Amino acid sequence: MDIRSEVVAQFTLVAQEQDKHLASLSDDLPLLDSGLDSLCFAIVVARLEGSLGVDPFSVDEDARFPVTFGDFIRFYENAAK
Amino acid sequence: MKMPQNNPVSLYSSILAAGDPSSRILVGLDANATWAELVAGSMLAEQPGDLRGKSVLIATLDQFRAAAALIELDGVARRVVLYPPDVPREQLMYVAKTAEADVLVTDQPELASMQHGIDRVVLCGGSIAPVNADRSPQVETEWILLTSGTTGRPKLAVHTLASLAGSAMHRSPASASIVWSTFYDMRRYGGLHIFLHAALTGTSLVVSSAQEPVADFFTRAGAHGVTHISGTPSHWRRALMSPWADRIAPEYIRMSGEIVDQSILNQVKAQFPKARIEHTFASTEAGVGFYVSDGLMGFAPQLLAQNPLVEVKVENGTLKIRSNRAAFRYLGADSPKLKDADGFVDTGDSVELRDGRYYFTGRRDGTINVGGFKVHPEEVEAVINRHPQVVMSLVKAKKNPITGSLVIADVVLKAPLQESGADPVDRDILRFCRRQLAPHQVPTTINIVPALAIGESGKLGRHHA
Repeated sequence: MDIRSEVVAQFTLVAQEQDKHLASLSDDLPLLDSGLDSLCFAIVVARLEGSLGVDPFSVDEDARFPVTFGDFIRFYENAAK
Repeated sequence: MKMPQNNPVSLYSSILAAGDPSSRILVGLDANATWAELVAGSMLAEQPGDLRGKSVLIATLDQFRAAAALIELDGVARRVVLYPPDVPREQLMYVAKTAEADVLVTDQPELASMQHGIDRVVLCGGSIAPVNADRSPQVETEWILLTSGTTGRPKLAVHTLASLAGSAMHRSPASASIVWSTFYDMRRYGGLHIFLHAALTGTSLVVSSAQEPVADFFTRAGAHGVTHISGTPSHWRRALMSPWADRIAPEYIRMSGEIVDQSILNQVKAQFPKARIEHTFASTEAGVGFYVSDGLMGFAPQLLAQNPLVEVKVENGTLKIRSNRAAFRYLGADSPKLKDADGFVDTGDSVELRDGRYYFTGRRDGTINVGGFKVHPEEVEAVINRHPQVVMSLVKAKKNPITGSLVIADVVLKAPLQESGADPVDRDILRFCRRQLAPHQVPTTINIVPALAIGESGKLGRHHA
């Protein structure tokens, strides 16, 4: 499965469900400016664990949190390798 | 001026006793003031003297205004009720009735015109006007804090300034250089504790706001030189996602309110390598229990005896605490007992001893902590079970790296699932929940299951962590 398109799909779906206005998802977009709150990110991470079979946040306790949307994609791409 | 024999201590008198109040400031989202201006001024449309002996419900959106009202009313009002802005307005009438509120203080005119059963409304806002009022403390005001209850109605825990402040809040030479901040709202125990700490030890304080973007908060906190800052693990996970976290350089970081895992401790340490990091156990009912400062999750058994004034014990795998920082009781005729016969508060937090160290494993009653918000499974199940196609449901926690936990639900349907249905029933149940529950209470996943285990007691089989 293409990780990027799955991540974009989940951001879009969760924003819609939680009634949030989603910013245009460019790689340099800070996650906190995306329009999603902590609860939305939590749901996105849970759903991605279901669809991609990986939760990179729990894989490495010392991993730095992703800051931009591009970081977030790479976080999942690296974990899936 | 005639004073009662035993002069109560109030927030007003304590601020004046904590050094020069003109040299330190309270920084709000769109207002700043020195503590001196706060103790000498008013943001209320009526003089606080008029509110002597009243039960006053403070329901402001803005934290700074709530702080100003608390400074005016402690020692003056009989009771102050702190109504956090995230508590649904539908609960206002119940809270007002239970706390026998005479006066509503608010900065929201639309709230004033709602049906709340309170006779008098005092608007709070604008700038701080100097007043020449007698603020000498004459009563020991009850401070009422709201905590979530299983039925969806908040519980009202009774504190006083003395129980909230504990015995440790005294100014020291080190206080002069401290600037506190917190991600917590001060209408919650975690935030109130920091507000009082700043007020009583004479430090500046930068308050956050739910309405403020994280980048703006960090800019504001950085500009005011915040040295000490607290929040839940979820607050900190959100903070670490911000490119602006490096705008603050705290010396001291505190985490509380949720289970602290090793991951968040390590990540905060990596972002702020110079900061001393502690996590604490505290609750609205039990007060502050203990501080863990060895950088590891869980706590060493020796910590149970860390403070002779706070007795902490583990009984049947649950933490119990007896101290003068605990709340006294819950308000309301049918309210449960807050302490047992020996004066211990049962925190309901389960711990497990592994290799000589205690680790928190969750709530004994199954309460789910979603990013610092408590969710009672029974309350969510009651909503799901009202859906016309549902027979029964079981709500439980799913571990999550962002908010600690999320809510999920197993649901038994009346009719077998129709694969070809135009609108899947699980989505319809979610929509049904969203209309009636707060966002953090809504299950993130609905699993349709053929049956749920019923125990010998006739109750749902719950496997609490």
